[in-house]
Amino acid sequence: MRAFSHLLDRLILTPQRNGKLRLLKDYFTTTPDPERGLALAVITGQLNLPSAKPAMLRDLIQSRMDPVLFALSYDYVGDLAETISLAWPEKASPDLPNSDLHLSDIVETLVKTSRRETPALVEAWLDRSDSSVRYALLKLLTGGLRVGVSARLAKTALAQLGEHDVDEIEEIWHGLEPPYETLFAWVEGTGPRPENDNPAPFRPAMLAHPIQDDDFTKLDAGDFGAEFKWDGIRVQASAGLALDGTLKRALYSRTGEDIARAFPDLMEALDADMTIDGELLVLIEGRVQPFNVLQQRLNRKTVSAKMMRAYPAHIRAYDLLVEKGTDLRAQPFSERRKRLEQAVASLATSRIDISPLVNFDTWDAVAAARQTPADHGAGVDADAVEGLMLKRWDSAYVPGRPKGPWFKWKRDPLSVDAVLMYAQRGHGKRSSFYSDYTFGVWRDEELVPVGKAYFGFTDDELKEIDRFVRNNTINRFGPVREVTHSQEVGLVLEVAFEGLNRSTRHKSGVAMRFPRIARLRWDKPPAEADRLESLEALLPREDRV
Amino acid sequence: MRFDDWLHPTPKGLYCPPGDFYIDPVKPVARALITHGHADHARPGHTSVLASQQTLDIMALRYGEGHAEHTQDIAYGVQQTIGDVSVSFHPAGHVLGSAQIAVNYKGKRIVASGDYKRADDPTCLSFEPVPCDVFITEATFALPVFRHPDDRQEIQKLLTSVAQFPERAHLVGAYALGKAQRVIALLREAGYDETIFIHGAMQKLCDYYQSQGVDLGPLAPATLEKGKKGNFAGAIVVGPPSAFADKWARRFPDPIAAFASGWMQVRQRAKQRGVELPLILSDHCDWDELLATIREIDPEEVWITHGREDALTRWCELNNYTARPLSLVGYEEEAE
Ligand SMILES: [Zn+2]
Ligand SMILES: [Zn+2]
Repeated sequence: MRAFSHLLDRLILTPQRNGKLRLLKDYFTTTPDPERGLALAVITGQLNLPSAKPAMLRDLIQSRMDPVLFALSYDYVGDLAETISLAWPEKASPDLPNSDLHLSDIVETLVKTSRRETPALVEAWLDRSDSSVRYALLKLLTGGLRVGVSARLAKTALAQLGEHDVDEIEEIWHGLEPPYETLFAWVEGTGPRPENDNPAPFRPAMLAHPIQDDDFTKLDAGDFGAEFKWDGIRVQASAGLALDGTLKRALYSRTGEDIARAFPDLMEALDADMTIDGELLVLIEGRVQPFNVLQQRLNRKTVSAKMMRAYPAHIRAYDLLVEKGTDLRAQPFSERRKRLEQAVASLATSRIDISPLVNFDTWDAVAAARQTPADHGAGVDADAVEGLMLKRWDSAYVPGRPKGPWFKWKRDPLSVDAVLMYAQRGHGKRSSFYSDYTFGVWRDEELVPVGKAYFGFTDDELKEIDRFVRNNTINRFGPVREVTHSQEVGLVLEVAFEGLNRSTRHKSGVAMRFPRIARLRWDKPPAEADRLESLEALLPREDRV
Repeated sequence: MRFDDWLHPTPKGLYCPPGDFYIDPVKPVARALITHGHADHARPGHTSVLASQQTLDIMALRYGEGHAEHTQDIAYGVQQTIGDVSVSFHPAGHVLGSAQIAVNYKGKRIVASGDYKRADDPTCLSFEPVPCDVFITEATFALPVFRHPDDRQEIQKLLTSVAQFPERAHLVGAYALGKAQRVIALLREAGYDETIFIHGAMQKLCDYYQSQGVDLGPLAPATLEKGKKGNFAGAIVVGPPSAFADKWARRFPDPIAAFASGWMQVRQRAKQRGVELPLILSDHCDWDELLATIREIDPEEVWITHGREDALTRWCELNNYTARPLSLVGYEEEAE
């Protein structure tokens, strides 16, 4: 844990990507299994050990030190975990074990410990650690660890241990579990490539960049296909033949979480060996329902027959990744699209259909389709069109967000996906709820606040956000709470606004006019929220730098 | 009579009426007794100054020989009568030449410790506890969160980073008097024998430390021959923290900003300053050292000067020491 805590201390203060990579690589090289694998799991958000609430930590420290001195300390430092890690008065007892605490000890012990026993356990751990280890430990236990390293960056460091490409890691990542011993062995050349024996595995999703005005001048319309982007949840429906010849099926969220159990209706429809990238929607009498209808089917472990009848789930397919055991991802989009059309047509279901291509020969024609989707193939479902996807005909399907092959062009550009960072109690009727929200977007590996919103949500949504805030508080400043907002854990808010200006008052350099919460994106991991560049692209031209 | 009657704060500094002198005055006065050479304690323009020889030397280096009309040096432990009081100077362990000043009057003693620390320091004499009735302590790091780690462990962090990033220069921000020399001496102790590059503002003081027997090893000015940015790859460069923000710092290849300071204990503070490699090295007492010193000296009263007076006052109350914040002005909290 000592080496891990030193790594975290350095990562927190290292701005450069290359510096971070070096630190991670050196740590992976010098740290044995299973410790390094657990560290990788922590950094990539695969190992969540939230077992301590701030109130419990306060009780612990106040049983050891004067509350006034603690308050003065907390006031100065401003972060609860850090204050406790620094001020924790060690018991000078010779019988305390002096050995280093290991992540594996922590993980194994926590599993066997009841909630009631946790405080004593944490206290004993704090006693045997130095302040750097205490800090790492407390951040781990409160779920507030933020070191500015994305899962992708950690995997990149891992890939660099050998001569591998990070996409090779992404490819097998979802079949693996911490502490990833076979993965380390493979990248270091001491073991075989870990095989994913799941016949219906998750394939890392390909994402698009928002298109910028000047992109159009550089790109040739003839090189691209365009399809509607539907307002639902991006999913991957995967079916493959097991060794015994049966068809195994799965439905994955874009981060690879299997949500098939909540969608038996769709799984039944997916009756062929293929993997489809598409949009999860609810269709009633052939019409795409608004997002809040779809929401009835989300975040459920199981689903009733009644629910399935009332809200029939549907997939609108965008892409075909695998068919009859053949991986198509290296093929050009034009080829995949052709096969997708045939594959979808061959299914004996109406629950899976295809997102129609938009016909165009100039960018102006694409712009017109974006303006009035109803007249360009979306028909009565035009309201459910979120925008257009522009895909190079020659593009392979690659994991992550490569620059160049795919672009998205949103219909309403004045909205962003931002991450909730701070919440404040409201006034009057709302004073018992956290109803004022500060949200941020990514700049490099860091979130920068870009605005505040007080309205736009329903009463039910207010309660949901309030619950999230209370359960995920990592800091308090008077009436304000800071909530967890790491790459993996946090709440993504779709924020709509009237306009955008340059501002020197905000760290981000931009200020929104009339921002409001358009939607809660529980389905989106914070890492996929928008980046500051997408906001800057919306600035009036004279305001851009 | 009350202690207050023969030593008390004034706008010019701590004043002793029966001896008619000030300790570390912040304005020019007729007679000044000076604990150590840091600029907020040792100022130019006094008529006469009494201080350790090394403090006088340092003042002359910084302000020129004519910084006072008259100077007199005093050795550690020697009693000297001034008016109706007698004074003596004792090592404070803060920087080279630093002293606590003991003032004796009518059988009672007040010790003004100036700035001090208890941790070992290869560049100066260690703090000597002096029994007294009133102990005046600084409170720069008087919060329970300030617990300075072992200085050798901190220097090891720097050496580890130099080994890990051999193509980059490591710029170490350190105050020119005391901290810079301590960083260099600790690097030497750890076996680092490469040339260490220093900012021009540190040359005179480093030379002076060497002349006083503090071995700093090979030093060279951090100046650049044209077009040779690569010269500093893998090098350690020590400079005053203020220099790192300006053009001077841009001459180095892809530098890693380190900063040797007790303030580096708090991550947010390091982050705000753009410090990548915080080195928690302080020439002041941390919380535990302050408490241990008060317990060891066990004075009748504790007077608390610059820094976090509220926390230490609280602790004194809880532990039955009569405590009094002095609220002296003119000492910079940031200075080390
Ligand atoms: Zn000083
Ligand atoms: Zn001072």
